[in-house]
Amino acid sequence: MKEKLSETSDLHASSAKKLPPSPKVAQSSLKHRLSHSVLYLILIIVGVVQLLPLVWLFLFSLKDNQEVFNLPPLALPSSPKWENYLNVWTEGTIGVYFLNSVIVTGAAVILTVLLASFVTFAITRMHWKLNKFVLGLFMVGLMIPVHSTLIPLFSFYLNIGLMDHPLAIILTYTAFNLPLTIMILLGFYYTLPRELEEAAIMDGCTVHRMFFQIILPMTAPVVATTAIINMIYNWNEFVFVNTFISSDKYKTLTVGIQNFIGQYSTDWGAIGATLVISILPILIVFVLLSNRIVEGITSGSVKG
Amino acid sequence: MNKIMSDKKIIALYTLPALILLLVLIYVPIVLTGYYGLMEWDGIGPMTFIGLDNYKTLISDSLFWNSAYHSLLLAIFSVLSLIIYLAISLVLASQIKGADVFRKIYLIPMLLSSVAIAQLWMRIYHPSNGVMNRFLTSIGIENPPLWLSDTSLVLFAIFVPILWQYAGFYIIIYYAALRNIPNELVEAARIDGATPFQIAYKIKLPLVSGIIKVTIVLAVIGSLKYFDLIYVMTDGGPNGASEVMASYMYKLAFRTNDFGYGSAIGFFLLLLILLVTYFIRKLTTSREDNVQY
Repeated sequence: MKEKLSETSDLHASSAKKLPPSPKVAQSSLKHRLSHSVLYLILIIVGVVQLLPLVWLFLFSLKDNQEVFNLPPLALPSSPKWENYLNVWTEGTIGVYFLNSVIVTGAAVILTVLLASFVTFAITRMHWKLNKFVLGLFMVGLMIPVHSTLIPLFSFYLNIGLMDHPLAIILTYTAFNLPLTIMILLGFYYTLPRELEEAAIMDGCTVHRMFFQIILPMTAPVVATTAIINMIYNWNEFVFVNTFISSDKYKTLTVGIQNFIGQYSTDWGAIGATLVISILPILIVFVLLSNRIVEGITSGSVKG
Repeated sequence: MNKIMSDKKIIALYTLPALILLLVLIYVPIVLTGYYGLMEWDGIGPMTFIGLDNYKTLISDSLFWNSAYHSLLLAIFSVLSLIIYLAISLVLASQIKGADVFRKIYLIPMLLSSVAIAQLWMRIYHPSNGVMNRFLTSIGIENPPLWLSDTSLVLFAIFVPILWQYAGFYIIIYYAALRNIPNELVEAARIDGATPFQIAYKIKLPLVSGIIKVTIVLAVIGSLKYFDLIYVMTDGGPNGASEVMASYMYKLAFRTNDFGYGSAIGFFLLLLILLVTYFIRKLTTSREDNVQY
Protein backbone atom coordinates (compact mmCIF):
# COMPACT_ATOMS: atom_id res chain seq x y z
CA MET A 1 0.00 0.00 0.00
CA LYS A 2 2.72 2.39 1.00
CA GLU A 3 4.67 1.82 -2.19
CA LYS A 4 1.52 2.48 -4.17
CA LEU A 5 0.91 5.71 -2.33
CA SER A 6 4.38 7.10 -2.87
CA GLU A 7 4.15 6.07 -6.52
CA THR A 8 1.09 8.20 -6.99
CA SER A 9 2.61 11.14 -5.22
CA ASP A 10 5.58 10.88 -7.58
CA LEU A 11 3.04 10.92 -10.36
CA HIS A 12 1.57 14.08 -8.93
CA ALA A 13 4.94 15.78 -8.85
CA SER A 14 6.02 14.79 -12.35
CA SER A 15 2.75 15.67 -14.03
CA ALA A 16 2.76 19.02 -12.34
CA LYS A 17 6.15 19.70 -13.90
CA LYS A 18 5.31 18.47 -17.37
CA LEU A 19 2.01 20.24 -17.89
CA PRO A 20 2.20 23.94 -18.68
CA PRO A 21 -0.11 25.93 -16.42
CA SER A 22 -3.33 26.49 -18.32
CA PRO A 23 -4.36 30.14 -18.67
CA LYS A 24 -7.55 29.47 -16.81
CA VAL A 25 -5.67 28.18 -13.77
CA ALA A 26 -3.32 31.18 -13.82
CA GLN A 27 -6.21 33.63 -13.98
CA SER A 28 -7.96 32.13 -11.05
CA SER A 29 -4.88 31.75 -8.86
CA LEU A 30 -6.20 34.23 -6.31
CA LYS A 31 -9.50 32.42 -6.20
CA HIS A 32 -7.52 29.20 -6.01
CA ARG A 33 -5.55 30.39 -3.03
CA LEU A 34 -8.67 31.60 -1.32
CA SER A 35 -10.44 28.28 -1.76
CA HIS A 36 -7.29 26.57 -0.56
CA SER A 37 -7.48 28.55 2.68
CA VAL A 38 -11.11 27.59 3.11
CA LEU A 39 -10.20 23.94 2.65
CA TYR A 40 -7.47 24.27 5.24
CA LEU A 41 -9.90 25.86 7.62
CA ILE A 42 -12.29 22.92 7.22
CA LEU A 43 -9.50 20.42 7.91
CA ILE A 44 -8.36 22.34 10.96
CA ILE A 45 -11.89 22.55 12.36
CA VAL A 46 -12.32 18.80 11.93
CA GLY A 47 -8.96 18.27 13.62
CA VAL A 48 -9.98 20.44 16.56
CA VAL A 49 -13.26 18.55 16.90
CA GLN A 50 -11.35 15.26 16.94
CA LEU A 51 -8.92 16.43 19.61
CA LEU A 52 -10.96 18.74 21.81
CA PRO A 53 -12.73 16.08 23.91
CA LEU A 54 -9.35 14.53 24.69
CA VAL A 55 -7.81 17.87 25.59
CA TRP A 56 -10.74 18.51 27.88
CA LEU A 57 -10.30 15.06 29.44
CA PHE A 58 -6.64 15.75 30.11
CA LEU A 59 -7.46 19.14 31.63
CA PHE A 60 -10.08 17.82 34.02
CA SER A 61 -7.81 14.98 35.06
CA LEU A 62 -5.59 17.70 36.55
CA LYS A 63 -8.34 19.54 38.40
CA ASP A 64 -10.30 19.04 41.59
CA ASN A 65 -14.09 19.14 41.52
CA GLN A 66 -14.11 22.77 42.60
CA GLU A 67 -12.14 23.70 39.48
CA VAL A 68 -13.99 21.32 37.16
CA PHE A 69 -17.33 22.87 38.03
CA ASN A 70 -16.34 26.52 38.42
CA LEU A 71 -13.62 27.20 35.86
CA PRO A 72 -14.41 27.37 32.14
CA PRO A 73 -14.02 23.85 30.66
CA LEU A 74 -10.81 24.61 28.78
CA ALA A 75 -9.20 26.71 31.51
CA LEU A 76 -5.99 25.47 33.05
CA PRO A 77 -6.12 24.50 36.74
CA SER A 78 -4.44 26.95 39.13
CA SER A 79 -1.91 24.26 39.92
CA PRO A 80 -2.12 20.91 38.10
CA LYS A 81 -3.24 18.17 40.48
CA TRP A 82 -0.84 15.43 39.44
CA GLU A 83 -1.75 13.72 42.70
CA ASN A 84 -4.99 12.61 40.99
CA TYR A 85 -2.86 10.20 39.00
CA LEU A 86 -0.87 9.10 42.03
CA ASN A 87 -4.06 8.54 44.03
CA VAL A 88 -5.91 6.42 41.50
CA TRP A 89 -2.77 4.42 40.85
CA THR A 90 -1.98 3.72 44.52
CA GLU A 91 -5.44 3.56 46.08
CA GLY A 92 -7.18 1.22 43.70
CA THR A 93 -6.44 -1.92 41.75
CA ILE A 94 -5.73 -0.07 38.52
CA GLY A 95 -2.14 -1.31 38.59
CA VAL A 96 -3.41 -4.90 38.57
CA TYR A 97 -5.80 -4.16 35.68
CA PHE A 98 -2.98 -2.51 33.80
CA LEU A 99 -0.69 -5.51 34.26
CA ASN A 100 -3.47 -7.89 33.21
CA SER A 101 -4.04 -5.84 30.06
CA VAL A 102 -0.33 -6.02 29.27
CA ILE A 103 -0.18 -9.79 29.84
CA VAL A 104 -3.36 -10.68 27.98
CA THR A 105 -2.65 -8.29 25.11
CA GLY A 106 0.97 -9.40 24.80
CA ALA A 107 0.24 -13.12 24.93
CA ALA A 108 -2.61 -12.89 22.43
CA VAL A 109 -0.59 -10.73 20.03
CA ILE A 110 2.37 -13.11 20.02
CA LEU A 111 0.16 -16.17 19.63
CA THR A 112 -1.94 -14.59 16.87
CA VAL A 113 0.98 -13.30 14.84
CA LEU A 114 2.88 -16.57 15.10
CA LEU A 115 -0.09 -18.82 14.23
CA ALA A 116 -1.19 -16.48 11.44
CA SER A 117 2.32 -16.47 9.97
CA PHE A 118 2.38 -20.29 10.00
CA VAL A 119 -0.98 -20.47 8.24
CA THR A 120 -0.17 -17.78 5.72
CA PHE A 121 3.15 -19.45 4.93
CA ALA A 122 1.44 -22.80 4.41
CA ILE A 123 -1.31 -21.28 2.29
CA THR A 124 0.86 -19.11 0.05
CA ARG A 125 4.15 -20.99 -0.18
CA MET A 126 3.39 -24.67 0.20
CA HIS A 127 1.58 -26.88 -2.28
CA TRP A 128 -1.64 -28.59 -1.25
CA LYS A 129 -5.13 -28.96 -2.60
CA LEU A 130 -7.22 -27.53 0.22
CA ASN A 131 -5.32 -24.28 0.64
CA LYS A 132 -7.99 -22.12 -0.99
CA PHE A 133 -10.67 -23.77 1.11
CA VAL A 134 -8.78 -23.23 4.36
CA LEU A 135 -8.13 -19.61 3.41
CA GLY A 136 -11.85 -19.23 2.72
CA LEU A 137 -12.67 -20.57 6.19
CA PHE A 138 -10.51 -17.90 7.75
CA MET A 139 -11.90 -15.14 5.54
CA VAL A 140 -15.52 -15.99 6.34
CA GLY A 141 -14.45 -15.71 9.98
CA LEU A 142 -14.03 -11.98 9.34
CA MET A 143 -17.76 -11.53 9.10
CA ILE A 144 -18.84 -13.49 12.16
CA PRO A 145 -20.25 -11.16 14.81
CA VAL A 146 -18.73 -11.67 18.24
CA HIS A 147 -22.13 -11.60 19.92
CA SER A 148 -23.43 -14.61 18.01
CA THR A 149 -20.71 -16.74 19.59
CA LEU A 150 -20.87 -15.34 23.10
CA ILE A 151 -23.38 -17.74 24.69
CA PRO A 152 -21.78 -20.99 23.43
CA LEU A 153 -18.32 -19.69 24.33
CA PHE A 154 -19.58 -18.83 27.80
CA SER A 155 -20.90 -22.35 28.41
CA PHE A 156 -17.82 -23.88 26.76
CA TYR A 157 -15.42 -22.11 29.08
CA LEU A 158 -17.69 -22.89 32.02
CA ASN A 159 -17.59 -26.61 31.17
CA ILE A 160 -13.85 -26.90 30.64
CA GLY A 161 -13.08 -24.85 33.76
CA LEU A 162 -11.57 -21.86 31.98
CA MET A 163 -14.26 -19.45 33.13
CA ASP A 164 -12.70 -16.53 34.99
CA HIS A 165 -9.27 -17.46 33.69
CA PRO A 166 -7.03 -15.24 31.52
CA LEU A 167 -6.46 -18.12 29.10
CA ALA A 168 -10.09 -17.93 27.99
CA ILE A 169 -9.54 -14.32 26.94
CA ILE A 170 -6.19 -14.95 25.29
CA LEU A 171 -7.50 -17.86 23.21
CA THR A 172 -10.65 -16.00 22.19
CA TYR A 173 -8.70 -12.91 21.13
CA THR A 174 -6.37 -15.09 19.12
CA ALA A 175 -9.17 -16.91 17.32
CA PHE A 176 -11.04 -13.73 16.45
CA ASN A 177 -7.93 -11.84 15.32
CA LEU A 178 -6.52 -14.61 13.14
CA PRO A 179 -8.66 -13.80 10.06
CA LEU A 180 -7.72 -10.12 9.85
CA THR A 181 -4.07 -10.86 10.63
CA ILE A 182 -3.90 -13.50 7.92
CA MET A 183 -5.55 -11.13 5.48
CA ILE A 184 -2.97 -8.42 6.07
CA LEU A 185 -0.06 -10.90 5.94
CA LEU A 186 -1.36 -12.50 2.76
CA GLY A 187 -0.57 -9.61 0.42
CA PHE A 188 2.99 -9.43 1.68
CA TYR A 189 3.60 -13.17 1.42
CA TYR A 190 2.46 -13.21 -2.20
CA THR A 191 5.17 -10.71 -3.08
CA LEU A 192 8.04 -12.83 -1.71
CA PRO A 193 10.09 -14.30 -4.59
CA ARG A 194 9.87 -18.07 -5.16
CA GLU A 195 13.61 -18.25 -5.80
CA LEU A 196 14.17 -17.73 -2.10
CA GLU A 197 12.74 -21.08 -1.18
CA GLU A 198 14.29 -22.86 -4.12
CA ALA A 199 17.74 -21.62 -3.17
CA ALA A 200 17.19 -22.48 0.47
CA ILE A 201 16.09 -26.01 -0.35
CA MET A 202 19.01 -26.51 -2.76
CA ASP A 203 21.24 -25.69 0.17
CA GLY A 204 19.56 -28.42 2.18
CA CYS A 205 17.47 -26.16 4.38
CA THR A 206 14.45 -27.69 6.12
CA VAL A 207 11.03 -26.05 5.91
CA HIS A 208 11.15 -25.10 9.58
CA ARG A 209 14.52 -23.42 9.28
CA MET A 210 13.36 -21.68 6.14
CA PHE A 211 10.30 -20.36 7.92
CA PHE A 212 12.03 -19.19 11.08
CA GLN A 213 15.33 -18.00 9.62
CA ILE A 214 14.37 -16.65 6.22
CA ILE A 215 10.65 -15.99 5.83
CA LEU A 216 9.75 -14.74 9.30
CA PRO A 217 12.60 -12.17 9.41
CA MET A 218 11.72 -11.03 5.89
CA THR A 219 8.11 -10.43 6.82
CA ALA A 220 9.11 -8.41 9.91
CA PRO A 221 7.64 -5.10 8.64
CA VAL A 222 4.17 -6.51 7.96
CA VAL A 223 4.33 -8.63 11.11
CA ALA A 224 4.97 -5.44 13.06
CA THR A 225 1.95 -3.80 11.44
CA THR A 226 -0.36 -6.69 12.30
CA ALA A 227 1.06 -6.87 15.82
CA ILE A 228 0.18 -3.21 16.41
CA ILE A 229 -3.32 -3.57 14.98
CA ASN A 230 -3.81 -6.65 17.20
CA MET A 231 -2.46 -4.81 20.18
CA ILE A 232 -4.90 -1.94 19.80
CA TYR A 233 -7.82 -4.33 19.38
CA ASN A 234 -6.90 -6.46 22.40
CA TRP A 235 -6.07 -3.55 24.65
CA ASN A 236 -9.52 -2.06 24.04
CA GLU A 237 -11.61 -5.24 24.01
CA PHE A 238 -14.54 -5.21 26.37
CA VAL A 239 -17.28 -7.80 25.76
CA PHE A 240 -15.22 -10.96 26.22
CA VAL A 241 -13.55 -9.77 29.42
CA ASN A 242 -16.85 -8.51 30.75
CA THR A 243 -18.47 -11.89 30.10
CA PHE A 244 -15.72 -14.37 30.91
CA ILE A 245 -13.86 -12.69 33.78
CA SER A 246 -15.47 -11.99 37.12
CA SER A 247 -12.66 -11.70 39.67
CA ASP A 248 -10.82 -8.43 40.09
CA LYS A 249 -7.39 -10.01 39.93
CA TYR A 250 -7.93 -11.03 36.28
CA LYS A 251 -9.82 -8.02 34.94
CA THR A 252 -8.22 -5.90 32.25
CA LEU A 253 -8.27 -2.12 32.08
CA THR A 254 -11.37 -1.69 29.92
CA VAL A 255 -13.58 -3.62 32.33
CA GLY A 256 -11.62 -2.63 35.41
CA ILE A 257 -12.01 1.10 34.87
CA GLN A 258 -15.76 0.57 34.61
CA ASN A 259 -15.94 -0.58 38.25
CA PHE A 260 -13.29 1.80 39.30
CA ILE A 261 -15.11 4.82 37.95
CA GLY A 262 -18.22 3.62 39.75
CA GLN A 263 -16.41 4.06 43.08
CA TYR A 264 -15.31 7.55 42.13
CA SER A 265 -18.60 8.55 40.57
CA THR A 266 -18.32 12.11 41.84
CA ASP A 267 -14.58 12.77 41.73
CA TRP A 268 -14.03 14.03 38.19
CA GLY A 269 -10.29 14.46 38.62
CA ALA A 270 -9.88 10.81 39.62
CA ILE A 271 -12.10 9.67 36.75
CA GLY A 272 -10.13 11.76 34.29
CA ALA A 273 -6.82 10.40 35.58
CA THR A 274 -8.13 6.82 35.32
CA LEU A 275 -9.22 7.32 31.72
CA VAL A 276 -5.96 8.99 30.75
CA ILE A 277 -3.99 6.11 32.28
CA SER A 278 -6.07 3.62 30.30
CA ILE A 279 -5.54 5.35 26.94
CA LEU A 280 -1.95 6.48 27.41
CA PRO A 281 -0.20 3.29 26.22
CA ILE A 282 -2.15 3.37 22.96
CA LEU A 283 -1.41 7.07 22.46
CA ILE A 284 2.30 6.46 23.03
CA VAL A 285 2.32 3.59 20.55
CA PHE A 286 0.46 5.83 18.11
CA VAL A 287 2.95 8.69 18.40
CA LEU A 288 5.84 6.28 17.84
CA LEU A 289 4.33 4.11 15.13
CA SER A 290 1.47 5.98 13.49
CA ASN A 291 2.62 5.13 9.96
CA ARG A 292 2.38 1.42 10.64
CA ILE A 293 -1.08 1.83 12.16
CA VAL A 294 -2.36 3.80 9.19
CA GLU A 295 -0.85 1.23 6.84
CA GLY A 296 -2.41 -1.66 8.74
CA ILE A 297 -5.87 -0.10 8.77
CA THR A 298 -5.68 0.73 5.09
CA SER A 299 -4.53 -2.69 3.95
CA GLY A 300 -6.78 -4.47 6.43
CA SER A 301 -9.98 -2.82 5.31
CA VAL A 302 -9.40 -2.02 1.67
CA LYS A 303 -8.67 -5.58 0.73
CA GLY A 304 -11.62 -6.77 2.76
CA MET B 1 11.76 -29.03 -4.13
CA ASN B 2 8.08 -29.67 -4.72
CA LYS B 3 8.24 -32.71 -2.53
CA ILE B 4 9.56 -30.80 0.43
CA MET B 5 7.14 -27.93 -0.06
CA SER B 6 4.15 -30.26 -0.20
CA ASP B 7 4.99 -32.28 2.90
CA LYS B 8 1.58 -33.06 4.39
CA LYS B 9 2.90 -33.33 7.93
CA ILE B 10 4.43 -29.89 7.85
CA ILE B 11 1.32 -28.37 6.29
CA ALA B 12 -0.79 -29.91 9.04
CA LEU B 13 1.64 -28.76 11.70
CA TYR B 14 1.51 -25.18 10.39
CA THR B 15 -2.22 -24.88 9.82
CA LEU B 16 -3.88 -27.08 12.43
CA PRO B 17 -3.27 -25.01 15.59
CA ALA B 18 -4.86 -21.93 14.05
CA LEU B 19 -7.54 -23.96 12.30
CA ILE B 20 -8.51 -25.71 15.54
CA LEU B 21 -8.83 -22.38 17.33
CA LEU B 22 -10.94 -21.04 14.47
CA LEU B 23 -13.22 -24.06 14.42
CA VAL B 24 -13.57 -24.52 18.18
CA LEU B 25 -13.97 -20.86 19.12
CA ILE B 26 -15.83 -19.46 16.11
CA TYR B 27 -17.44 -22.07 13.87
CA VAL B 28 -18.65 -24.56 16.50
CA PRO B 29 -20.13 -21.74 18.63
CA ILE B 30 -21.98 -20.44 15.56
CA VAL B 31 -23.58 -23.84 15.03
CA LEU B 32 -24.32 -24.13 18.75
CA THR B 33 -25.97 -20.72 18.79
CA GLY B 34 -28.38 -22.00 16.17
CA TYR B 35 -28.90 -25.17 18.21
CA TYR B 36 -29.42 -23.39 21.55
CA GLY B 37 -31.91 -21.14 19.80
CA LEU B 38 -34.21 -24.15 19.57
CA MET B 39 -34.05 -24.78 23.32
CA GLU B 40 -35.48 -23.46 26.48
CA TRP B 41 -32.42 -23.15 28.67
CA ASP B 42 -31.25 -21.04 31.59
CA GLY B 43 -27.55 -21.63 30.87
CA ILE B 44 -26.95 -24.10 33.70
CA GLY B 45 -29.89 -26.49 34.05
CA PRO B 46 -31.18 -29.01 31.52
CA MET B 47 -32.21 -27.95 28.02
CA THR B 48 -35.69 -28.50 26.71
CA PHE B 49 -36.23 -28.73 22.98
CA ILE B 50 -38.96 -26.30 21.99
CA GLY B 51 -38.47 -26.14 18.24
CA LEU B 52 -39.02 -22.75 16.70
CA ASP B 53 -40.86 -21.32 19.72
CA ASN B 54 -38.05 -18.85 20.47
CA TYR B 55 -38.28 -17.56 16.93
CA LYS B 56 -42.06 -17.25 17.23
CA THR B 57 -41.57 -15.27 20.43
CA LEU B 58 -39.05 -13.14 18.59
CA ILE B 59 -41.54 -12.22 15.88
CA SER B 60 -44.06 -10.96 18.41
CA ASP B 61 -41.54 -9.43 20.82
CA SER B 62 -42.02 -5.67 20.60
CA LEU B 63 -38.89 -5.08 22.71
CA PHE B 64 -36.84 -6.97 20.14
CA TRP B 65 -38.28 -5.00 17.23
CA ASN B 66 -37.67 -1.85 19.19
CA SER B 67 -33.99 -2.77 19.46
CA ALA B 68 -33.85 -3.86 15.82
CA TYR B 69 -35.33 -0.50 14.81
CA HIS B 70 -32.62 1.33 16.76
CA SER B 71 -29.93 -0.82 15.13
CA LEU B 72 -31.41 0.03 11.75
CA LEU B 73 -31.40 3.74 12.60
CA LEU B 74 -27.76 3.51 13.64
CA ALA B 75 -26.97 1.77 10.36
CA ILE B 76 -28.72 4.53 8.39
CA PHE B 77 -26.92 7.26 10.36
CA SER B 78 -23.62 5.50 9.84
CA VAL B 79 -24.09 5.17 6.09
CA LEU B 80 -25.13 8.82 5.85
CA SER B 81 -22.09 9.86 7.86
CA LEU B 82 -19.93 8.26 5.16
CA ILE B 83 -20.86 11.29 3.01
CA ILE B 84 -19.22 13.58 5.54
CA TYR B 85 -16.13 11.38 5.77
CA LEU B 86 -15.92 11.23 1.99
CA ALA B 87 -16.21 15.01 1.67
CA ILE B 88 -13.42 15.49 4.21
CA SER B 89 -11.27 12.94 2.39
CA LEU B 90 -11.83 14.74 -0.93
CA VAL B 91 -10.55 17.94 0.67
CA LEU B 92 -7.68 16.09 2.30
CA ALA B 93 -6.61 14.33 -0.89
CA SER B 94 -6.66 17.48 -3.04
CA GLN B 95 -2.88 17.99 -2.92
CA ILE B 96 -2.96 19.71 0.41
CA LYS B 97 0.25 20.03 2.41
CA GLY B 98 0.19 18.38 5.80
CA ALA B 99 -2.52 15.91 4.77
CA ASP B 100 -0.57 13.21 6.54
CA VAL B 101 -0.67 15.04 9.86
CA PHE B 102 -4.38 15.74 9.53
CA ARG B 103 -5.39 12.17 8.82
CA LYS B 104 -3.32 10.96 11.76
CA ILE B 105 -4.98 13.43 14.09
CA TYR B 106 -8.40 12.35 12.83
CA LEU B 107 -7.53 8.75 13.61
CA ILE B 108 -6.79 9.19 17.31
CA PRO B 109 -10.33 8.60 18.69
CA MET B 110 -10.52 5.32 16.77
CA LEU B 111 -7.63 3.95 18.83
CA LEU B 112 -9.36 4.41 22.19
CA SER B 113 -11.53 1.80 23.84
CA SER B 114 -15.27 2.23 23.58
CA VAL B 115 -15.41 2.15 27.37
CA ALA B 116 -13.08 5.14 27.66
CA ILE B 117 -14.96 6.95 24.90
CA ALA B 118 -18.28 6.21 26.59
CA GLN B 119 -17.04 7.43 29.96
CA LEU B 120 -15.63 10.59 28.39
CA TRP B 121 -18.79 11.40 26.43
CA MET B 122 -21.01 10.69 29.44
CA ARG B 123 -19.19 13.58 31.04
CA ILE B 124 -19.45 15.75 27.95
CA TYR B 125 -23.22 15.16 28.10
CA HIS B 126 -23.44 15.58 31.87
CA PRO B 127 -26.66 17.59 32.50
CA SER B 128 -25.10 20.33 34.62
CA ASN B 129 -21.30 19.99 34.56
CA GLY B 130 -20.73 18.66 31.05
CA VAL B 131 -19.04 20.75 28.38
CA MET B 132 -22.07 20.54 26.12
CA ASN B 133 -24.60 22.07 28.49
CA ARG B 134 -22.19 24.54 30.02
CA PHE B 135 -21.64 25.85 26.52
CA LEU B 136 -25.38 25.97 25.83
CA THR B 137 -26.15 27.80 29.07
CA SER B 138 -23.30 30.24 28.42
CA ILE B 139 -24.89 31.26 25.10
CA GLY B 140 -28.21 31.84 26.86
CA ILE B 141 -30.10 28.56 26.50
CA GLU B 142 -31.74 28.18 29.88
CA ASN B 143 -32.95 24.61 29.88
CA PRO B 144 -30.50 22.60 27.81
CA PRO B 145 -31.48 19.03 26.99
CA LEU B 146 -30.67 16.14 29.30
CA TRP B 147 -29.16 14.24 26.34
CA LEU B 148 -28.70 10.71 27.66
CA SER B 149 -31.87 10.65 29.76
CA ASP B 150 -34.09 12.13 27.08
CA THR B 151 -35.83 9.29 25.22
CA SER B 152 -36.16 11.28 22.01
CA LEU B 153 -32.55 12.50 21.96
CA VAL B 154 -30.54 9.63 23.39
CA LEU B 155 -29.94 7.79 20.12
CA PHE B 156 -28.65 10.95 18.44
CA ALA B 157 -26.56 11.72 21.51
CA ILE B 158 -25.00 8.28 21.23
CA PHE B 159 -24.44 8.64 17.54
CA VAL B 160 -22.24 11.73 17.93
CA PRO B 161 -19.39 9.84 19.68
CA ILE B 162 -19.77 7.06 17.11
CA LEU B 163 -19.34 9.63 14.34
CA TRP B 164 -16.35 11.04 16.20
CA GLN B 165 -14.81 7.64 16.89
CA TYR B 166 -14.91 6.27 13.34
CA ALA B 167 -14.08 9.45 11.39
CA GLY B 168 -10.38 8.66 11.11
CA PHE B 169 -10.97 5.06 10.09
CA TYR B 170 -13.11 5.88 7.07
CA ILE B 171 -11.13 8.98 6.13
CA ILE B 172 -7.95 6.90 5.97
CA ILE B 173 -9.60 4.36 3.71
CA TYR B 174 -11.08 6.99 1.37
CA TYR B 175 -7.88 9.00 1.37
CA ALA B 176 -5.83 6.00 0.26
CA ALA B 177 -8.30 5.24 -2.52
CA LEU B 178 -8.47 8.85 -3.72
CA ARG B 179 -4.69 9.17 -3.80
CA ASN B 180 -4.54 6.17 -6.09
CA ILE B 181 -6.45 7.98 -8.83
CA PRO B 182 -4.00 8.86 -11.61
CA ASN B 183 -3.45 12.59 -11.61
CA GLU B 184 -3.58 12.82 -15.43
CA LEU B 185 -7.32 12.19 -15.35
CA VAL B 186 -7.97 14.99 -12.90
CA GLU B 187 -5.54 17.31 -14.69
CA ALA B 188 -7.13 16.65 -18.07
CA ALA B 189 -10.58 17.43 -16.73
CA ARG B 190 -9.28 20.62 -15.16
CA ILE B 191 -7.81 21.76 -18.46
CA ASP B 192 -11.15 21.04 -20.11
CA GLY B 193 -12.63 23.52 -17.64
CA ALA B 194 -14.29 21.21 -15.14
CA THR B 195 -14.91 22.76 -11.72
CA PRO B 196 -13.55 21.05 -8.60
CA PHE B 197 -17.08 19.89 -7.79
CA GLN B 198 -17.54 18.38 -11.24
CA ILE B 199 -14.18 16.67 -10.95
CA ALA B 200 -15.09 15.26 -7.56
CA TYR B 201 -18.55 14.13 -8.56
CA LYS B 202 -17.97 12.92 -12.10
CA ILE B 203 -14.41 11.62 -11.97
CA LYS B 204 -13.18 10.91 -8.46
CA LEU B 205 -16.29 9.39 -6.91
CA PRO B 206 -16.97 6.90 -9.70
CA LEU B 207 -13.34 5.81 -9.53
CA VAL B 208 -13.54 5.03 -5.83
CA SER B 209 -17.06 3.55 -5.93
CA GLY B 210 -15.68 0.08 -5.13
CA ILE B 211 -14.22 1.33 -1.87
CA ILE B 212 -17.37 3.28 -1.08
CA LYS B 213 -19.35 0.07 -1.27
CA VAL B 214 -16.87 -1.75 0.95
CA THR B 215 -17.26 1.01 3.53
CA ILE B 216 -21.05 0.79 3.29
CA VAL B 217 -20.79 -2.91 4.16
CA LEU B 218 -18.46 -2.11 7.04
CA ALA B 219 -20.72 0.66 8.35
CA VAL B 220 -23.90 -1.42 8.18
CA ILE B 221 -22.34 -4.50 9.77
CA GLY B 222 -20.63 -2.39 12.40
CA SER B 223 -23.93 -0.76 13.31
CA LEU B 224 -25.85 -4.03 13.47
CA LYS B 225 -23.44 -5.44 16.04
CA TYR B 226 -22.88 -2.20 17.92
CA PHE B 227 -22.65 -2.81 21.65
CA ASP B 228 -19.84 -1.56 23.92
CA LEU B 229 -20.51 2.16 23.85
CA ILE B 230 -24.25 1.81 24.39
CA TYR B 231 -23.81 -0.77 27.14
CA VAL B 232 -21.60 1.64 29.08
CA MET B 233 -23.30 4.94 28.29
CA THR B 234 -26.97 4.12 28.74
CA ASP B 235 -27.33 0.34 29.08
CA GLY B 236 -30.10 0.61 26.49
CA GLY B 237 -32.04 3.18 28.47
CA PRO B 238 -33.84 5.29 29.28
CA ASN B 239 -36.79 2.96 28.99
CA GLY B 240 -35.30 1.03 26.07
CA ALA B 241 -34.82 4.17 23.96
CA SER B 242 -31.27 3.22 23.03
CA GLU B 243 -31.54 -0.58 23.14
CA VAL B 244 -29.92 -2.27 20.14
CA MET B 245 -29.98 -5.91 19.06
CA ALA B 246 -26.67 -6.85 20.64
CA SER B 247 -27.45 -5.17 23.96
CA TYR B 248 -30.89 -6.79 24.05
CA MET B 249 -29.35 -10.20 23.40
CA TYR B 250 -26.75 -9.64 26.10
CA LYS B 251 -29.38 -8.69 28.66
CA LEU B 252 -31.57 -11.70 27.91
CA ALA B 253 -28.69 -14.13 28.19
CA PHE B 254 -26.53 -12.76 30.96
CA ARG B 255 -29.05 -10.94 33.14
CA THR B 256 -32.33 -12.80 32.82
CA ASN B 257 -30.54 -16.11 32.10
CA ASP B 258 -32.74 -16.77 29.09
CA PHE B 259 -29.93 -18.41 27.14
CA GLY B 260 -32.23 -20.12 24.65
CA TYR B 261 -33.98 -16.96 23.57
CA GLY B 262 -30.71 -15.00 23.69
CA SER B 263 -29.18 -17.58 21.34
CA ALA B 264 -32.09 -17.25 18.96
CA ILE B 265 -31.44 -13.51 18.75
CA GLY B 266 -27.71 -14.13 18.36
CA PHE B 267 -28.41 -16.50 15.47
CA PHE B 268 -30.83 -14.04 13.90
CA LEU B 269 -28.12 -11.37 14.13
CA LEU B 270 -25.65 -13.66 12.41
CA LEU B 271 -28.02 -14.46 9.56
CA LEU B 272 -28.90 -10.80 9.17
CA ILE B 273 -25.25 -9.78 8.93
CA LEU B 274 -24.37 -12.52 6.45
CA LEU B 275 -27.41 -11.60 4.37
CA VAL B 276 -26.64 -7.87 4.39
CA THR B 277 -23.01 -8.57 3.48
CA TYR B 278 -24.07 -10.84 0.65
CA PHE B 279 -26.50 -8.33 -0.84
CA ILE B 280 -24.22 -5.31 -0.62
CA ARG B 281 -21.31 -7.36 -1.95
CA LYS B 282 -23.45 -8.48 -4.86
CA LEU B 283 -24.16 -4.86 -5.72
CA THR B 284 -20.45 -4.17 -5.39
CA THR B 285 -19.22 -6.76 -7.85
CA SER B 286 -21.87 -6.06 -10.48
CA ARG B 287 -20.72 -2.47 -10.91
CA GLU B 288 -17.03 -2.92 -10.17
CA ASP B 289 -16.25 -4.06 -13.73
CA ASN B 290 -17.27 -0.69 -15.13
CA VAL B 291 -14.59 1.08 -13.17
CA GLN B 292 -11.31 1.15 -15.01
CA TYR B 293 -8.47 3.57 -14.67
